[in-house]
Amino acid sequence: MFRYYLKLGLLSIRSNAALSALMVAAIGIGIGACMTIVTIYHVMSGNPIPEKSSSLYVVQIDNWSPDEPYDEPNEPPPQSTYLDATNLYSKGDEFRQVVSYKSSRVVQPPDAAELPFEVSSRATTFAFFPMFSVPFQYGSGWDTAADTNQERVVVLTQALNERLFGGENSVGEQLSLNGETYRIVGVLNEWLPTPKFYDLNNNYYEEPEEIYLPFSVAVAGEHDSVGNINCWKPFEGGYDAFLASECVWVQTWVELPTRDDKARYEQFLASYVEEQKTFGRFPRPLNNRLSDVLEWMDINHVVDDDVSVLLGLAFLFLIVCLLNTAGLLLAKVMRRTKDISLRRALGASKRTLFGQYIIEAGIIGVAGGVLGIAMTWLGLRGIEHIFTGMDFVQRLVVMDWSMVMLAVVLALVSAIAAALYPTWRAANVTPASQLRIQ
Amino acid sequence: MELGPIWRSLTRNKAGSVLIALQIAVTLAIMVNAIAIMQERAEQMGRPSGTDEANIFTLSSTAFVPDTNIQSLIEEDLKLIRSQPGVVEAIATNSFPLRQGGSARGFQLEPGAGKETLTGAVYYTDEHAIEAFGTHLVDGANFAPNQVVWGGQNGDEWPANIIITESFAKTLFPDTAESAIGKTVFVDDTRPVQIIGIIDRLQAPWRNWGEIENTVIVPLRQEGQQQWYLVRTEPGAQDRIMPEVEELLAQSNKNRIIQSVRTMQEVRDRSYLSDNAMIKMLGFIVTLLILITGLGIVGLASFNVSRRTRQIGIRRALGATRAQVINYFRIENLLISGLGIAVGAVLAIALNLFLVNAFSLTPMSWYVIPLAMLAMWVVGQIAVIGPARRASRISPAIATRSG
Repeated sequence: MFRYYLKLGLLSIRSNAALSALMVAAIGIGIGACMTIVTIYHVMSGNPIPEKSSSLYVVQIDNWSPDEPYDEPNEPPPQSTYLDATNLYSKGDEFRQVVSYKSSRVVQPPDAAELPFEVSSRATTFAFFPMFSVPFQYGSGWDTAADTNQERVVVLTQALNERLFGGENSVGEQLSLNGETYRIVGVLNEWLPTPKFYDLNNNYYEEPEEIYLPFSVAVAGEHDSVGNINCWKPFEGGYDAFLASECVWVQTWVELPTRDDKARYEQFLASYVEEQKTFGRFPRPLNNRLSDVLEWMDINHVVDDDVSVLLGLAFLFLIVCLLNTAGLLLAKVMRRTKDISLRRALGASKRTLFGQYIIEAGIIGVAGGVLGIAMTWLGLRGIEHIFTGMDFVQRLVVMDWSMVMLAVVLALVSAIAAALYPTWRAANVTPASQLRIQ
Repeated sequence: MELGPIWRSLTRNKAGSVLIALQIAVTLAIMVNAIAIMQERAEQMGRPSGTDEANIFTLSSTAFVPDTNIQSLIEEDLKLIRSQPGVVEAIATNSFPLRQGGSARGFQLEPGAGKETLTGAVYYTDEHAIEAFGTHLVDGANFAPNQVVWGGQNGDEWPANIIITESFAKTLFPDTAESAIGKTVFVDDTRPVQIIGIIDRLQAPWRNWGEIENTVIVPLRQEGQQQWYLVRTEPGAQDRIMPEVEELLAQSNKNRIIQSVRTMQEVRDRSYLSDNAMIKMLGFIVTLLILITGLGIVGLASFNVSRRTRQIGIRRALGATRAQVINYFRIENLLISGLGIAVGAVLAIALNLFLVNAFSLTPMSWYVIPLAMLAMWVVGQIAVIGPARRASRISPAIATRSG
């Protein structure tokens, strides 16, 4: 029976080629517009570290001014002071914690004929790599002794290693950064956390830093932060005064695999803040926060408002396309009332007719879905073109198989939804009504 | 022409008309809000930065050898740039309008912790800034060369004087009609600084900042390894001077990198790239939407024409003119569109209220709705012309045929 309806459907589509083409086009364009934005939304809101996202927490403690919160209504600062980051790190050494910040360095290539160039750098502690599941191609990160002893060690990304050493294993080689010599201990494999959850200061979708070096080395060398530095209390003096100030600029993370760990860490944070209060710091009421990766992305609105607005408008657009398809299908059915009543008079049941027209709509839906995938691809290329010059956008306009499947399913569901009313009308044509006037 | 028969015949195919009216309604709601957002972005992009954008370019210099003498490096660089023919003025600064990165400080009218502070973006530069940016002093005086000091990057030094924008002067002293010149404000809770000049306009570096017009020029040069140079040229000289300056600086000292050499126009384009993209995407959506709804109207009207072929023939046989037949379909469309447009206007307002609440968009201007309603009505009338003409060509002889 299904094959017979399929045949009828195809026949009917062919006999009304222009109308059918219009319907397929409407669904295809609607799906294309929708899926273009859904794809971007999907990539933007994706989980950058699915296996661990619920056990990694960003640490926030409220060292802000007694007169006003960091952010309304009562948000603690998103980063830590140097003082708190290093205190928590050393006092909480039973927990796996990471402190880090973004900076930049100038690389003097081993080949002296090449010009020096600037790279982004991350100053961090040894646990950064295992904690954030950072993959290595050669070598590994450094150990805790390197942090303590301020050893000048460095980890490169695959791309930088390609540029400097032609992709060879460079572990053990030396690298000159701002006139200082570092020993290469590791080279990363391809690693593109999207978004760059561990530091939401700059562009959320930019690539991770190109080099990684010990936090202690960066601070001793006074590497400037290129992220946000926010202060509520003035301080006098040079870099040492800055380190001792109430300015927040360090990202602090902790890994807490179990509920019990989390409870213990919360306890630890609370007692730390209480202790600091006795030194006259932390004038605000206790306001410690631990947010896991997905909560943190949500708090920071990593999905741009523009994308949410576009997503809403794109779905409304799809609704317009569906109303359009429903109207056209209805017109088609109404034009065929004579055929339908004849078939009904000859014994076809309501169910038969319903099935037949739904299948016809299904064919249009699938065709619209296929067209929709092509439209989505075009839409994504269009967006890529509009954003020429912003490299990170290329990573947001990638369609994976789940999006392709979603496009087809959405098209099919939309077409059937649009067909329900017209089909119901068709099935309810009374058998002889249209035959009288003949 | 009598509306009665048209209305009665419409009610005989209610569903089809309601579907198209709904389609028009949702189309209108999307269109109105898309246009409101496009308008908001276009207005933001249209704000002047307060600089002589067409004749300014910027570049960054990063010294990387430890113990570089930053002071003499900057002084030599500026001397070199300023000596080039065609260069009007050049400064070293921590930032500039549209750059998207920079510094802001809190300023207060009374000294002491806990007093109300007003935030102003700060440009740390020197007495050449007004001329280099191409902004205009409207009150007071420029800095004297000896008022410019050197300082570290952590803000531990502060000069005694500042120049602020008119907008920031109004923010600081909203109630007084008298000039802000000579007034003292406090930075870092207690440090007094005197306002000695007021410029008409100079944007802060962040395009989305609410207080974008609140800017302060501070006569302090920061001794950081990374410096921005901003160069203003004579009209038309930029294309020639920009590569020359880049080359000169790169050659003059090998212990630093010159990068991000961009014209102010490029800086502006980068800054507003996403707003510009939003305008393009919304424009595209609106165009497609109108196209699809227009085609939907054509489809429905064609269907109505072919369904009523016989009736139209009879009317023509009874003496109706072609124009009357065309008018019939135009009025029919007017009724359907009218319903859709009325519902659509309500939907559009509701959607706008939602967007304003959820995404803190600017509420739309009142005239967007009537304009969009008019546009939608025109689209309907254009879409219906084809089928209506076809209807008018139906021969009266059709009436004589059966079925």
